[in-house]
Amino acid sequence: MKFAVKKALSSGGARVGVLEVGSCPAPIETPALLLATRKGLPHFISPDLLPSLPSPDSNLLQVSPLHFLEGLSTTTISKIGGLHQMLGLQQHGIAAVPRDSIQCLPESKAATKLGASFETPCGRLLIKPKDYVEMISCMQPNIWASLADEVPAWVSEKRNKTSVDRTLRWLDDCISLYPAAGSIFGAIVGGTNLEERKRCAEEVAKRNVSGYWIGGFGLGEGIDERPALLRAVIDILPDEKPRLTCGLGLPEEILQGIAAGIDLFDSTYIYSLTVGGFALTFSLDNSREQHSLQSDQIGSDLTKINLRATAYRKDMSPILENCTCYTCKNHTKAYINHLLNVHEMLAQILLEIHNTHHFLRFFHVIRTAIRDGSFEEFRQAFLESRREHFKGEAIST
Amino acid sequence: MRNSIAIAVPLRLRPNISNTLPHYKFRPTCFHSHEGHTISCVPDPRPQAKPMALHFEILGRFNRARAAQLTLPHFVCQTPLFMPVGTQGTIKGLTNNELERIGCQIILGNTYHLALRPTSELLEEAGGLHNFMNWPRAMLTDSGGFQMVSLLHLADITEEGVTFQSPVDGKPMLLTPEESIQIQNRIGADIIMALDDVVRTTITGPRIEEAMYRTLRWIDRCIAAHKRPHDQNLFGIVQGGLDPELRDICVKGLVERNLPGYAIGGLAGGEDKDSFWRVVAQCTAALPEDKPRYVMGVGYPLDIVVCSALGADMYDCVYPTRTARFGTALVPEGVLKLKHRAMADDTRPIDPTCPCMVCKNYTRAYIHCLVTKDAMGSQLLSYHNLYYMMRLSRNLHSSIVEGRFPEFVRDFLRTMFPKGDVPEWVCNAMEVAGIDISSCCAPFPPCQENDSSNELEQLNKVKIEI
Repeated sequence: MKFAVKKALSSGGARVGVLEVGSCPAPIETPALLLATRKGLPHFISPDLLPSLPSPDSNLLQVSPLHFLEGLSTTTISKIGGLHQMLGLQQHGIAAVPRDSIQCLPESKAATKLGASFETPCGRLLIKPKDYVEMISCMQPNIWASLADEVPAWVSEKRNKTSVDRTLRWLDDCISLYPAAGSIFGAIVGGTNLEERKRCAEEVAKRNVSGYWIGGFGLGEGIDERPALLRAVIDILPDEKPRLTCGLGLPEEILQGIAAGIDLFDSTYIYSLTVGGFALTFSLDNSREQHSLQSDQIGSDLTKINLRATAYRKDMSPILENCTCYTCKNHTKAYINHLLNVHEMLAQILLEIHNTHHFLRFFHVIRTAIRDGSFEEFRQAFLESRREHFKGEAIST
Repeated sequence: MRNSIAIAVPLRLRPNISNTLPHYKFRPTCFHSHEGHTISCVPDPRPQAKPMALHFEILGRFNRARAAQLTLPHFVCQTPLFMPVGTQGTIKGLTNNELERIGCQIILGNTYHLALRPTSELLEEAGGLHNFMNWPRAMLTDSGGFQMVSLLHLADITEEGVTFQSPVDGKPMLLTPEESIQIQNRIGADIIMALDDVVRTTITGPRIEEAMYRTLRWIDRCIAAHKRPHDQNLFGIVQGGLDPELRDICVKGLVERNLPGYAIGGLAGGEDKDSFWRVVAQCTAALPEDKPRYVMGVGYPLDIVVCSALGADMYDCVYPTRTARFGTALVPEGVLKLKHRAMADDTRPIDPTCPCMVCKNYTRAYIHCLVTKDAMGSQLLSYHNLYYMMRLSRNLHSSIVEGRFPEFVRDFLRTMFPKGDVPEWVCNAMEVAGIDISSCCAPFPPCQENDSSNELEQLNKVKIEI
């Protein structure tokens, strides 16, 4: 894995970088999105449809090793030749992170000094560094996060401090157990305590890692607490190594993370939208005209539409007129509405394709804004546009 | 006159050869209405009155088996062919471009489900189901009758039509032949099916005869109601249970109507295989050579091979996609149950001979960890299973065209029955089909004690002797 910063904003942390990983066909520009997966493949998009997504943007996947504990032994994965071979995704970059924010959630109460705990579909699992490293060595991902003891925002200071101590210890275990690894990203935790965050970052920065996985977010901290915590961590980290975070899913949160200097994100936003029957529609136009469309949509907040709504029963237009994804080029809102009504899996497939496509385009537009030096304006305009309909309602009542 | 069955006279139509009708020879001059009166009715003698919206050209034969090109308004198909069932306007979990990629030519839509949601009126507004789902190839809709009988407890069949309780609000409703055809006209498929009075072959007694005659009466109502004969082909359905005489009457009655194609219905419902193949054989022998023959609800790959040998052309079944959702893959040897624990460390592909995307990229072990737990598992298996069926269709077609159909059949049977335990019904059917499968059938020497090398030797010996 190789990473290089191409342009950094003088004012803040936002930067454009380039990531070369594995056998990806082309270098991937950051900030970038890691696609969420279930047992290595997207939740709904079947692998032969992945090439229809923008490339190489769509070539980064986040995979949780814990998914495979249900029915697939590490020896078998090894025998098959590792994740890339097993998934038929030799040209994709895979980042292994235990937490997937959907089904594998850190359970801080059950963690011990021996290992981290996760609530998973197979029940509550205690993952020890040794077992974790064994999974990683069989799976051979391109990037992997060290094992972390993530805690929610409301734990005691003592518990928080313990989480940092454990996470550092486990990082050292991971490094010593598997030194020839794919690129290890040191996990940084510390909850909502600025001092602990700094302490953790300082210690991890001393270790020989290829990048940083900044965890402990999306676990109950307020969205306004985050910038300071991110800043505290990132100020300490070297510029030239990539930073991956987990738990920042919404577009606003992504922008927040990018502003602080994060390069890679995994997000559950696409999955949540898809299972809810939503399709992203917010404008990717870089101008301030963010909300030129659909002000009369029912069940819409100008950023997404709910295709279950009866308003779409006879709507023979695509989700977005100038979207080039497979779904918008081939199908109408009426058809997806019908599929949702009759509980057909194809609805989720088509929605996940569109939402992924749209969200990847969002990242693309952000990168362009950073390069142009207009990231802050873009961010402000975007945030305002998402509040536009609230303003409208407030005035009318 | 609901009790007219016992005294009903089979419709006698006087063949009338007319020079002004280039497409067909027989012109029906009268039919019974559902009230039992004879109505004198001279159908419109202009050629448009009963055109065919299809062209069926036989490209190759072996005895009764035939390979043909079926030209439909939306697509040119090769038969024998299998039609995946896309009940509600989608084949479960597969996109249109995946279906095209695996070679799917026609898909089947269920009128009953589509009439409920999104309704045939909406489909008509959308320009038909083709437009609505953006499927560029061919489509067939069934009449809705079978679904009702199988899904609705209170479905009752009268001379008027099928009465049932609306699943939406419980109101009593009636599906008549006219209504079924109207709905199908709105949906717009290339082939539409007549509403037939279908009974399960496991039933015996006068009900079967009643259903057969009613089917004939209803076909005339379907024909009269059909508004789009230029671009939709109305197929009649042969009923009659397992009774050869009834089947014969039905075939003759339908053939006299000179329809674009014919289906053999009322099978694939639990009857024993020996009766099943005999009905198919009888019907294919009696149906016209130059029209497609569609065996409804079939099915298992073995059944398709046998029916093709007997002269059938088209098939449909939910089996490949339904069994995929239960974790079962179709393979040349039969089926592979991916849920089985033995699959958990089997690093072979599902079918090493299959070139589909699933077999080229995934191991049984990986699919095992997906099936029945994650949607992706059934998606991948559906993809493979349908690919298998398309591949089977292509192989049937090309082996007949290339003059190697018997070899194909023998290979197929040997792979599926390596011990030579080909079922008797298959042997009997193949005899009628004129295909020699003696080399596929036991008795082999009785060394049952897993002496595999000896068994292999015997098998090889037999192969060479052909």
